[in-house]
Amino acid sequence: MSRKIRVLIAKPGLDGHDRGAKVIARALRDAGMEVIYTGIRQTPDQIANAAIQESVNIVGLSSLSGAHNGLFPKVVHILKEKKADDILVFGGGIIPVDDIPELKKAGIREIFQPGASTEDIIKYIKENIQLE
Amino acid sequence: METGLAKRILEGDIRAASRLMRDIDDRIPSSMDSLKELYPNTGKAYIIGITGPPGSGKSTIVDKMVDIFRKEGKSVGIVAVDPTSPFTGGAILGDRIRMQRHATDEGVFIRSLATRGNLGGLSRSTQDIVNVMDAMGKDIIIVETVGVGQDEVEIVNTAHTSIVVLVPGMGDDIQAIKAGIIEIGDLFIVNKCEREGAEKVERDLRMVLEMGRKREDGWEPPIFKTEAILGKGIFELVYGIYRHKQVLEQGQALETKLRERAKATFLEVLETEVMSHFIQKMEKEGRWETFINDIMKRRTDPYSLAQKIMAEELRDD
Repeated sequence: MSRKIRVLIAKPGLDGHDRGAKVIARALRDAGMEVIYTGIRQTPDQIANAAIQESVNIVGLSSLSGAHNGLFPKVVHILKEKKADDILVFGGGIIPVDDIPELKKAGIREIFQPGASTEDIIKYIKENIQLE
Repeated sequence: METGLAKRILEGDIRAASRLMRDIDDRIPSSMDSLKELYPNTGKAYIIGITGPPGSGKSTIVDKMVDIFRKEGKSVGIVAVDPTSPFTGGAILGDRIRMQRHATDEGVFIRSLATRGNLGGLSRSTQDIVNVMDAMGKDIIIVETVGVGQDEVEIVNTAHTSIVVLVPGMGDDIQAIKAGIIEIGDLFIVNKCEREGAEKVERDLRMVLEMGRKREDGWEPPIFKTEAILGKGIFELVYGIYRHKQVLEQGQALETKLRERAKATFLEVLETEVMSHFIQKMEKEGRWETFINDIMKRRTDPYSLAQKIMAEELRDD
C-alpha cells in the first residue's frame, strides 16, 4: 500500500491555449503523480465535481485570459460548499502581481507566474499536500 | 483512511465513494472492510466493457452513449483506465476530456484509473471500484480500457456486454489482434467510419467473426459503424447492447457469465491477498531482496524458493 499523489489540472473559462497546462501535466506525471486533465473551457462547477469524483489532493488552475479573478475563487467556493475544501487549489498562467493578494485571500493557496519552473510546482505540491 | 465509508456511500455520499475508491487504489487495508459491507448491495448494475486501441474514440463513444442512457433516466458510472508510465510511476489521465460535459450531472460519476502496474493489481482495483459504483446504485457501469495487455482484456471480459472498437487505417490490425480481443467482443464498432478503409475493416472483421467458433448462446456479434464525434450510429449501438442483454437474460448465458465473474473476482482477491501476505512477510524478515539476488545470481532457482516459502507457511500453521 502506498499513497499516490493525484492532481487535477484544469482550465476554467474561455481561453483555448493549453500548452502551459499540458507542460505542467507532463512534468507532474514525470514526478510520479497521477494527473487528471480535463481539457479547455471548463466551468468552475465542472472542475469542482471532477476534483471530487477523482478524489485528488490538489487542483491546478491555468488561465491566460484574464478571467482568473472571477473563476479561481469560484472553484474554491464550490469545493467548500461541497465540503471538499481539504482539496487544495493553486493557480498559474498570466496573472498580474497585483491580483495575487486577493486571490490568496479567496483561498487560492499559491500562484505560479510565467517563468516559474516545473520543479517549483512539483516541490510545492509535495510539501503542501497531506497524504494520510 | 476512514471508517464508516460504506454506510455513507449507501446513503448517497459522493465524497465517501470517491474516498473509498482512492483507498482501494492505494491498497489501504481498511478498504476491504468497506467493500465487505458494500458487497451485499452489489450485483444490480449492468456492466459494459469497452476496449480498443489508443485514439480509436472509446471515450467519445462512451460520452455519446451516456447521453442516451441519461435520457432514459438511467444513472451511469464510468471507470476509465489509462496506462501508468513504467518509468516514473506517474500517469496522465485524459479520458475525462471527452466526457466533461457530464461532470455536473449528478446521475453520472466518472473515475479515472491508472494501471499502476503493481502485482495483479489492475483487474482487482477495477472490479472493486465497479462494485462501489454498483453499491452507489448506478444502473449502468461502463469500463473503458486500452485494448492491450491481458489485464485490460480480462477486465472487459467480465462485463455483461463487451464492446471492441476498431478504426480504419491501422494496417492489418484485425489479423494481428484477433487472437487477443476479437473473441471477447459481444459487439464491434468500426468508429471513424467516414474514413477511407472503413469498409475494408468491416469486411475483414466480418470474415474473422464468421471463421470463429459459434457461440453457445447463439449470439452473433454485430458490427456497428459509428462516427462518434457526430453521434452517428450511437443509437443503433445502444439498441444493440439492449438486444445482447435480452439474449443474455433469456438463456443460460447470463448465469454462466455471472459465475465466471464470481470466480474471477474470488481468484483476483485471493491471489492479491496471498501474494501480498508472502511478500510482506519476506520483506519483514529481510529475505525478499536476498531471494531476488540469489535467483539472479543463480545461487538458487525460483521454483525451489517458492516451494520452500510454501512449506514454511504450512509448518507455521
